[in-house]
Amino acid sequence: MLDCTPKDITERKSGGIINPAKTCQPIGAMYAALGIHKCLPHSHGSQGCCSYHRMHLTRHFRDPVMASTSCFTEGSSVFGGGANLKASIQNVFHIYKPDVMAIHTTCLTETIGDDVSSIIKTAEVAEGKLVIHANTPSYVGSHITGFSNMTKAMVSYLAESTSPEKKEQANIIPGFVNPGDMREIKRLVESMGIEYIMFPDTSGVVDSPMTGEFEMYPEGGTTVEQLKDTANSQITLALGRFASSDPAELLNKEYKVPVATLKTPIGIKATDALLMTLRNSFAREIPKELEIERGQLVDIMTDTHFHFHGKTVAIFGDPDIVTGLTEFVLSLGMKPIHVLTGTPGGSSNSAAGSFEDDINDMLKGAGVEANVKSAGDLFTLHQWIKNQPVDLLIGNTYGKYIARAEDVPFMRVGFPILDRSVHSYLPIVGYHGAMRLIEMISNALLDRADRDAKDEDFELVM
Amino acid sequence: MGMNEAKLQEILDQYPAKVQKNRKKHIFIKRSDVESQQIEANTRTIPGIITNRGCAYAGCKGVVLGPIKDMVHIVHGPIGCGYYAWNTRRNKAKSDDPKQNFINYCISTDMQESDIVFGGEKKLSKVIDEVMEIFHPKAITLSATCPVGLIGDDMGAVAKAAEAKHGVQVLSFSCEGYKGVSQSAGHHIANNILMEKVIGTGDQEEAPAKFPINLLGEYNIGGDGWEVERILKEIGYHVVSVMTGDGSYEAIKNAHTAELNLVQCHRSINYIAEMLETKYGTPWLKVNFIGIQGTIESLRNMALYFDDKELTLKTEAVIASELARIEPIFDQYKKICEGKTAFCFVGGSRGHHFQNLFTELGIETLLAGYEFAHRDDYEGREVIPTIKTDADSKNIPHYTAEVDEKRFRLKVSPEKLEELKAKIPLGEYKGMRFDMKDGSIIVDDLNHFETEEFIKVLKPDIFTSGIKDKYVIQKMGINSKQLHSYDYSGPYAGFNGAVKFAEDISMGFASPTWNFITPPWKNQPLLEGTVTEEGVA
Repeated sequence: MLDCTPKDITERKSGGIINPAKTCQPIGAMYAALGIHKCLPHSHGSQGCCSYHRMHLTRHFRDPVMASTSCFTEGSSVFGGGANLKASIQNVFHIYKPDVMAIHTTCLTETIGDDVSSIIKTAEVAEGKLVIHANTPSYVGSHITGFSNMTKAMVSYLAESTSPEKKEQANIIPGFVNPGDMREIKRLVESMGIEYIMFPDTSGVVDSPMTGEFEMYPEGGTTVEQLKDTANSQITLALGRFASSDPAELLNKEYKVPVATLKTPIGIKATDALLMTLRNSFAREIPKELEIERGQLVDIMTDTHFHFHGKTVAIFGDPDIVTGLTEFVLSLGMKPIHVLTGTPGGSSNSAAGSFEDDINDMLKGAGVEANVKSAGDLFTLHQWIKNQPVDLLIGNTYGKYIARAEDVPFMRVGFPILDRSVHSYLPIVGYHGAMRLIEMISNALLDRADRDAKDEDFELVM
Repeated sequence: MGMNEAKLQEILDQYPAKVQKNRKKHIFIKRSDVESQQIEANTRTIPGIITNRGCAYAGCKGVVLGPIKDMVHIVHGPIGCGYYAWNTRRNKAKSDDPKQNFINYCISTDMQESDIVFGGEKKLSKVIDEVMEIFHPKAITLSATCPVGLIGDDMGAVAKAAEAKHGVQVLSFSCEGYKGVSQSAGHHIANNILMEKVIGTGDQEEAPAKFPINLLGEYNIGGDGWEVERILKEIGYHVVSVMTGDGSYEAIKNAHTAELNLVQCHRSINYIAEMLETKYGTPWLKVNFIGIQGTIESLRNMALYFDDKELTLKTEAVIASELARIEPIFDQYKKICEGKTAFCFVGGSRGHHFQNLFTELGIETLLAGYEFAHRDDYEGREVIPTIKTDADSKNIPHYTAEVDEKRFRLKVSPEKLEELKAKIPLGEYKGMRFDMKDGSIIVDDLNHFETEEFIKVLKPDIFTSGIKDKYVIQKMGINSKQLHSYDYSGPYAGFNGAVKFAEDISMGFASPTWNFITPPWKNQPLLEGTVTEEGVA
């Protein structure tokens, strides 16, 4: 498995990638758009883009992912995609009848410079229907950037301030997480009795129930009314800097909605931070049930700390998720010695600051020496592991090849997970999510210990 | 139940006028009382329509090149295109030299904004240098994505310079996603360059064993190619090369030594088959190793072609022993499947091939179609001279193979060839329509709207398509099976494949999970009581 990867690390200066840990913006934009109620995402580019994005999202969620495309040909690439986009808008509303059409661009349409907002303005859009768009050039950032850009478009196109007074409600931008995580975040906020608007919200869209009927637009998703009302909220909680802070900052800039940028609430510290922010912003006490959940989590962490303490981990995936996971494994006493994201931006000393700095700060606090990289690839991660083996690898499905090659226990977290199901329904966020993560880590490590134990060392109780 | 012209018109009437006019030409109901029924195919999908189609890049790199295991395939473009075509198609490969098996690697130039503005040629050549240094491959392919052609990167020049520098072949494929109207354009682009630059560059003049064949258009999805090879080898054939499932650059170089080319997927590889005949005089035979009878017929046709007593005897012996082994198992599954109905919408050949298996299992195919096929795949190759070249197909470079004076050799005499052609499909493919029942529907580039509408009318028991349709169909409570990825199962080709398919399809019908769709409280009132004359008691 991956026998062509040498142990010796030679510096690669080309900027090319071997085995990516990121993909392109449009798929993130498509996913975000699915989190608007009765919205059809539209890919302005060649058919292949739309097909690839639908396929990949469908494989991860095992649920229908509907989206249309401008079907570019060489002619439209030369003469511009205006005619294709206008025809698309007409056909989509006539045939598929969404309330909103959310267009994202591709590297093709960005390279030829299609002015999508002008095209939309001159297109015939039926009364009461909305068209929004985000520029998502595939050659900038990653799928996380695309998610952020489409979420930003929801604000720029739809947010509407209706009064100078702010409402006692929170905007919550969950970031590029699973519907199961969105549900869990909503449950936490609801149990504090706080009004909120979550956007985008793919719960109820890509985890819709089996009823015997296909619904093109399932019940879930943030409504247009809610998106309009985001301008009137008293605070925006941006969960995960990479996926969520841009739209939150835009709400602040345009409508003076203050922003709290927090980590994706993975693990005890980040969940504490979320609840404390809600508590302080709305002067609501933490309800007993959440305090009990937290106590249960600490109980489990303490009871089983000897399973984890000192174990080395490699973590890769999307920056917000990896940041949360790194913090949590540190809380368990583990040593994350390789931490990598494919998403660029945020390398040390870059203007955006952050991924590498965030991780390094946490590691420094814990006294752990590690390889940390943003804009990295899995070839690099594999070489790190060859040189410095780990007890556990955490990441999306692509990690299974490295895990097999190096015989490392592997735990699937993040996007995409293509070879297991259920993951998108259950949370990794909040106290319950943290319990689930502990269970997953335990299963991975202890199954391995059981497998490798000699008969005489094989234990009933562990 | 059943479809007729009026019902079809009702469905189409829901479209905007322009769309209706267009889509009408892509659909017909089979009638055998007319000699021909023309379909429009390989033309543009209407913008805004939710289509299953992909792009030229997907057809070139994803389908044809990707499975060649001992070449490093570099994708020149932003990261997405490389990423999505990485390990997603199930084209399995194994190698005696794992250090030269690159099947699990994805290499991309990961173009950034500065590359779009200032050009990506330098970056591409640096990536080639690194690939050579790290992997030492025998050959490299470069596949273009949309921006490459638009910004005018000269990949050909980069490839040429890299060949001079590194002394290995570097092939450049201009398969930008906007070329043509679907994956099909990419197949053609890949075929042309493999023919022009790889096939025939090997130094073997003759195959090392008797009955040498190439297996074309077999991509080893789920191990299909391995099952076909198992049978062929048992009979005594020598497989020179497979294009391109578990394919090897070294083997493809010597593809000229085959005595017969077998064409499994007509759509994606007929170009190479044709050109091999022109250049080396090797005829091609349309085979179909999907389905028991399809496999048997293909094997018998091959035996007729080679006309060797021992080979023919061995062919019959293998067929007999395989049948004895699998038929009892297959028949068990048939009991579950018998009487059911299917929609079969896949690719450019499988939409036809898999109908064989359905028929053998007693399942009637009510509707079939292809995503990216041409008219000949529906109507038969005799329509090829009448297909008009449009703007979208003109921009795919045309390559004409010429006779190789040194290696051209008639494999059978012209008289014998004519005689064979009367019996077996040599250089012939009759298309999907030929095999379909009267009243069944044939649809080109089926889209989401039509899928829903046809299901409402015909209520099939199973719908075979791809991942984008799968969960839509299952939400309706209908069994759905991916025939691109085989739902991660397989092989489905050959004798073992037929059994595996029967097992998997039966599992879909027999699964208890369907019974739970309606919750028990939906069919039962909350309060039970009896109604008396005065009202509720």
